[in-house]
Amino acid sequence: MKKIFSGIEGFDDITCGGLPFGRTTLLMGGAGSGKTVLALQIMVSTAVKHSTPGIFVAFEENARRVAANGEIFGWDIPGLEKQRLYFIDACVQSDVVKSGSFDLAGLLSIIEAKAKEMGAKLIIFDAIDVLLSLLDDPAAECRELYRLNEWLTHHQLTGILTAKVEDGQPAISRRYGFMPFMADCAVLLSQRVADRVAARTIRVLKYRGSPHVLNEVPFVIGQHGIEVGSSNGVHPEPQPFDEKISTGVERLDEMLCGGIYRGTNTLITGSSGGGKSTLAGAFIEAACGRGERALFISLDENSRDIVRDLATLSIDLTPYLDSGLLRMESVRTESASSEEHFMRVKRMIHEQHPRCVVIDPLSALARVGGGLAARAVAERLIYLCRNKGITVLFTSLMEGSDPHLETTTLHVSTISDSWIQISYALLDGERNRALSIIKSRGSKHSSQMRELIFSEAGITLADPYTAGGEVLMGTLRQEKENAATLEKEGAL
Amino acid sequence: MTEALHTTEHPNGAYVFKLYIAGGAPNSVRAYANLYAICRKHFPGSHRIEVIDIMKEPMRALEEKVLVTPTVIKLFPFPAIRIIGDLSEENAVLTALGLPQKEKP
Repeated sequence: MKKIFSGIEGFDDITCGGLPFGRTTLLMGGAGSGKTVLALQIMVSTAVKHSTPGIFVAFEENARRVAANGEIFGWDIPGLEKQRLYFIDACVQSDVVKSGSFDLAGLLSIIEAKAKEMGAKLIIFDAIDVLLSLLDDPAAECRELYRLNEWLTHHQLTGILTAKVEDGQPAISRRYGFMPFMADCAVLLSQRVADRVAARTIRVLKYRGSPHVLNEVPFVIGQHGIEVGSSNGVHPEPQPFDEKISTGVERLDEMLCGGIYRGTNTLITGSSGGGKSTLAGAFIEAACGRGERALFISLDENSRDIVRDLATLSIDLTPYLDSGLLRMESVRTESASSEEHFMRVKRMIHEQHPRCVVIDPLSALARVGGGLAARAVAERLIYLCRNKGITVLFTSLMEGSDPHLETTTLHVSTISDSWIQISYALLDGERNRALSIIKSRGSKHSSQMRELIFSEAGITLADPYTAGGEVLMGTLRQEKENAATLEKEGAL
Repeated sequence: MTEALHTTEHPNGAYVFKLYIAGGAPNSVRAYANLYAICRKHFPGSHRIEVIDIMKEPMRALEEKVLVTPTVIKLFPFPAIRIIGDLSEENAVLTALGLPQKEKP
């Protein structure tokens, strides 16, 4: 089957290669679901990439406005209009008087003439429901739609029809229930709100003569148009690296027997104020120190604050930020769905080409778009980095007071390669930070719990001192240390 | 020619119509017959009907944004009005033209 490759990332995946050539596709969705943008994007993309001219017939919105909206996404519509694109403004005038029966023969002969003139192969009928509602008669609507379909087939034109439907119930939508039956390919776009966060999804309802992805797939309307979160992302397995890189904390590297493997991901968990971001900062500083490009994404925290806080621990990221080696982005989680965040991060990675990435904290994603969706996004982020050979360090907030409850909000610990836990050790009236390595795939690691010390000199881990089966920390450790030093001196 | 009709050339308050049809489609044929009958009855001797076949002159229809056939545009007297359909509902046409409705028998 010949298909029109849409050039929209993800969309060609779910349609297994694009829309059917010389046939009719129906894009359905509620108001503001992105039907028009998708149709326009397909037309622009085929005009640019395959030099296939197209005609856009706008029934609802002013055609000039549709074109102007396209320019917002950076599509060169005026340039394309010289040869390959033509907009027909077919807004139905409200003051028209109806008397007796009429049909679409006129419109079709107009389009036919224009299509012949410019060699157009793709025709978009945007908001066909508006035109049909003019007929005001279900039987006539059905008849005219079939006329349109037959006309497209007869002239070997590819048609994309967009139509409004009651959100979520296309087949039950009484009035145009027959539309999906007529079309060779039907796609449903929806917009749903979960936990006050709106998320867009796309689903191929039917596709005659072609396999397609059945699932509902998330998509976003971003800066450059629609991006569909492809679900059948079959990627080649990345080559594993043998190289180990530093975490930025010398003693932590020792505990990990030389650091973490390049291209793997490390999870740092801990409660609020535990020092997760600080460790992430050290990791990034080390990456930049090696001259590697890096990306630091902080969720719900101002990146300048992070830079300032890190500076007090002698971790200075400013020169790397100035040189562009490091890019720091702070993202407000509540501003978008987790899916949109994924797309954003993907774009950032695409632009920055980092070798090391920090996402701090990944668990903030759980705050938007529902737990399951956020978990899927978190996993995809990790796989995205893995497939690109990027070493990623992400943090996750541990909720609750039980330090032994070693689960993460997004359950990402299962797919992480290394897992470092920062907890508070309460001992003898003191609260001290304790670091332990829970897992480190493919590598030996220390199983000791060590005190994590932040000071002006930087980050370090104290030597382990145990007493009565407990790791000593804080003042008790210092006492023991002092005693040991004295002992040594005494021995000398 | 049509531009001129808008302004100076309309002869003595005559009704000027443009009828867009799609070849010999049944509703197009009916529209012509109905429009002709209304004109003969209400504006005897003072009407002009220009028939445009969209099949032959699609670009003219595009300029006028005529999407469905048949479509009648009354150009004069002002204001211009647009009626779609085969004009079988006569009262709707009469009302649009500002004429009294036909009495029900």
